[in-house]
Amino acid sequence: MKKAVMKKGIKKGLITGFTLLLTAGLAACGNNNSNNGAAAQTDAPAASNAAGAAEATKAPAKDPVELLNVSYDPTRELYENYNKAFSAYWEKETGQKVTVKQSHGGSGAQSRAVQEGLEADVVTLALGYDIDALKNKGLINDGWESKFEHNSSPYTSTIVFLVRKGNPKGIKDWPDLLKEGVEVITPNPKTSGGARWNYLAAWGYALDHNNNDEAKAQEFVQELFKHVPVLDTGARGATTTFVERGIGDVLIAWENEAYLSIKELGPDKFEIVNPSESILAEPPVAVVDKVVDKRGTREVAEAYLKYLYTEEGQKIAAENYYRPTLESVKEEYKDKFPEIKLFTLADKFGTWKETQEKHFNDGGIFDKIYVPGAK
Amino acid sequence: MNVTTTAAVRRKVLPGFGLTMGYSVLYLSLVVLLPLSALLFNSTGLSWAKFWDIATDPRVLASYRVSLSTAAAAALADAFLGLLLAWVLVRYEFPGKRIFDALIDLPFALPTAVAGVSLTALYSQNGWIGSLLEPLGLRIAFTPLGITLALMFIGIPFVVRTVQPVLEDLDRDMEEASATLGAGRWRTFRSIVLPELFPPLLTGFALAFARGIGEYGSVVFISGNMPMRTEIAPLLIMSKLEQFDYAGATAVALLLLLISFLMLLVINTLQRWARKTSR
Amino acid sequence: MAGTVPMAAPRAHRNAASPATTESSAVKWVLVAAAALVLFWLIALPLIVVLTEALKRGWDVFLAALTDPDAASALRLTLLVAVITVPLNTLFGVMAAWAVTKFRFRGKGFLITLIDLPFAVSPVIGGLIFVLVFGSNGWFGSWLSAHDIKIVFALPGIVLATLFVTFPFVARELIPLMEDQGTQEEEAAITLGAHGWQIFWRVTLPNIKWGLLYGIILCNARAMGEFGAVSVVSGHIRGETNTLPLHVEILYNEYQFSASFAVASLLLLLALVTMIVKSWLTRKNAH
Repeated sequence: MKKAVMKKGIKKGLITGFTLLLTAGLAACGNNNSNNGAAAQTDAPAASNAAGAAEATKAPAKDPVELLNVSYDPTRELYENYNKAFSAYWEKETGQKVTVKQSHGGSGAQSRAVQEGLEADVVTLALGYDIDALKNKGLINDGWESKFEHNSSPYTSTIVFLVRKGNPKGIKDWPDLLKEGVEVITPNPKTSGGARWNYLAAWGYALDHNNNDEAKAQEFVQELFKHVPVLDTGARGATTTFVERGIGDVLIAWENEAYLSIKELGPDKFEIVNPSESILAEPPVAVVDKVVDKRGTREVAEAYLKYLYTEEGQKIAAENYYRPTLESVKEEYKDKFPEIKLFTLADKFGTWKETQEKHFNDGGIFDKIYVPGAK
Repeated sequence: MNVTTTAAVRRKVLPGFGLTMGYSVLYLSLVVLLPLSALLFNSTGLSWAKFWDIATDPRVLASYRVSLSTAAAAALADAFLGLLLAWVLVRYEFPGKRIFDALIDLPFALPTAVAGVSLTALYSQNGWIGSLLEPLGLRIAFTPLGITLALMFIGIPFVVRTVQPVLEDLDRDMEEASATLGAGRWRTFRSIVLPELFPPLLTGFALAFARGIGEYGSVVFISGNMPMRTEIAPLLIMSKLEQFDYAGATAVALLLLLISFLMLLVINTLQRWARKTSR
Repeated sequence: MAGTVPMAAPRAHRNAASPATTESSAVKWVLVAAAALVLFWLIALPLIVVLTEALKRGWDVFLAALTDPDAASALRLTLLVAVITVPLNTLFGVMAAWAVTKFRFRGKGFLITLIDLPFAVSPVIGGLIFVLVFGSNGWFGSWLSAHDIKIVFALPGIVLATLFVTFPFVARELIPLMEDQGTQEEEAAITLGAHGWQIFWRVTLPNIKWGLLYGIILCNARAMGEFGAVSVVSGHIRGETNTLPLHVEILYNEYQFSASFAVASLLLLLALVTMIVKSWLTRKNAH
């Protein structure tokens, strides 16, 4: 008897709860819409809502269109400038207004977000592996690497050393990092896409100087990581450790990030050392086929990436410390980017998939550095 | 105190059990249990052998050890310091008390990564505190000690804010009676006040502990993340995600969750038992 | 129990009431000094670092960071999320605390532990589970995308993740308090003929209001400061799905360290404002 009453009570509670939640949920949605609407009216065009974009796809090309560029961390200034330039160019060419929204984060995390439904029209990430992952999910068609010139990498960079002013430890090249008492700062290649390039640069150098002996290369890299006192999770954490905490004698970093950190954090305190040989870091770009087909933005998305290869696009890249690939712009900025002997990923390692599995996945070579005898 | 209340009376008299219970269970299921079951579901893609392989990997085990030991140490320290803070806040009047009170919650409001960066700034070799300790040979940043400190910062509001309302509500008649009977202040505190405060203290400890096990943002900056030594379990989850290894990541997370759940369950049971015996 | 002393009475009066229930002033000041030291060392010092870092490049950079349109939109989003999540979790907290503390039933410890569970979940996982459920490869993924409903990488996802992370606060604050208070007063009220809502409004609520307030404040602080879980479900679209903590991270990742700390100090300011409101409520109540 009492049990029956109680059960009835629970039922009542469930129903009430459900209604309440539903109301709250609806309220949240309503709030969402009205907020977006308000933002679109009062704010910069960047905040206009997705509904506008959806309409644009149906109407003739004159209607404004929105693109979402999902990128990795240190490209904000680059794309902020580039988006302005592209919008102006596109409007002049076609009479259509285009707004490019930006999303930045760690390269791997950004790739995961796109895999899980973040509707990016284009991705501009730190390494091909993260775009391959999108291909594997069927979001990007096969052969994205050859869709645009230079392996779909409109701009490149390389791995250099940042040392304290005056270079007190006399660091000139990779072997100097293994000298007694030298502390090296580099982020964890397992959590930072950028740091994988650091690791590969060291590996490639060691291969070249040991007649392509893999065991010797592994020894070299293993020794190198013994000089690393702190493994930050990302490039910025590593920079902070080196710059603000005063830890370490040398920071291994992307060239563009090294320049950026000198500019932002103290030109009088640090200098860049170029090793004799390094890797050509190729941050790739791709159109997300599934999304652009759904939203009808293929034309403008492709134009957006193509424009990166034009003289204007290349200059913007160079101004933001990325190495241009167009000869004329290369020539113009050659003082800024000194000649370093560069090898590519394909030269020494093959594809990203092979590289990732061999070196960075669980049980890979990097793990063995820290866990003796790991599988 | 409530010895006269019997179970029968409780159940019969007060209304609202069905409503509140039903709503709570529904809300709990929708917001917490349903999404969490996705975790379970995702790692069932693994065979038992594979799951076991991941869970007993030496590096994973080492990270569990780091996470659990630092979280326990931090929660214990928080329990003592939190009791002190709560006591002073409730029992005494002194200048600046309001500011004092307001500061307690700030660790929650600060994004954890900012907390991590600031703590590292304080305790690294060239930081305000780190540089004082360096000559003594004591290193905090990039050692388990640093992780513990970060977790103490993250967890302290839990203890203060669970003890505080109970302490504010504590009936002083008992203390007075105890004093009248000739007990010293310390004895009164030990035998009258502390038993009352023990349950919320345990709760605070448990919450700080649980939070510490899962914490990521503030720790990764100060821990140095050296595999086998200062690598925390949530970091391994992140690095598995970076390889798009969802099953592996959820497996580590699931095991971590299971450990915390069991510990919370034990502490909650203990806490309820402590309450009963203190009455 | 507590009800014999009117709850509205300010704490100070109760303290002064009996010299037998307080410590000698020497002990008192030693304890206050120790507490102040702990507070300064453990909490205030890191906050001072935040402020000094924020002002390192001068007020111009500080103000510029706060008036940036992206910061403004992040602030709006953060407040919106807090406005949605805090009331929902408060309602749940009160309901759950009532069910748990006013009745006896089997598995109570288990239920309380389930309520605690979100605290034990690593924030990253707290976000990931919603991606696993609502993401395009998740359980409802294809249905959602067929109906063009966006949950993750949009406001609803951020709200859900925040709800999850701040889920236990109010309940956890109330349960020990209400357990301590027992059920006598409510039972007395019911024998006097009061019914459910009356009991809650007139008897229970006045008794638990401070605990409730702490719970709400903590929940709110955490809702505004949460980073890990929100980061996973946000999509990081500038000016659209970036909350304040995410904006802090972005600035940090762009080497704008001072600006990032400036925005972080804005979050601290928000938390202080809620505390001032609380303090104002307390004072108003005391008169």
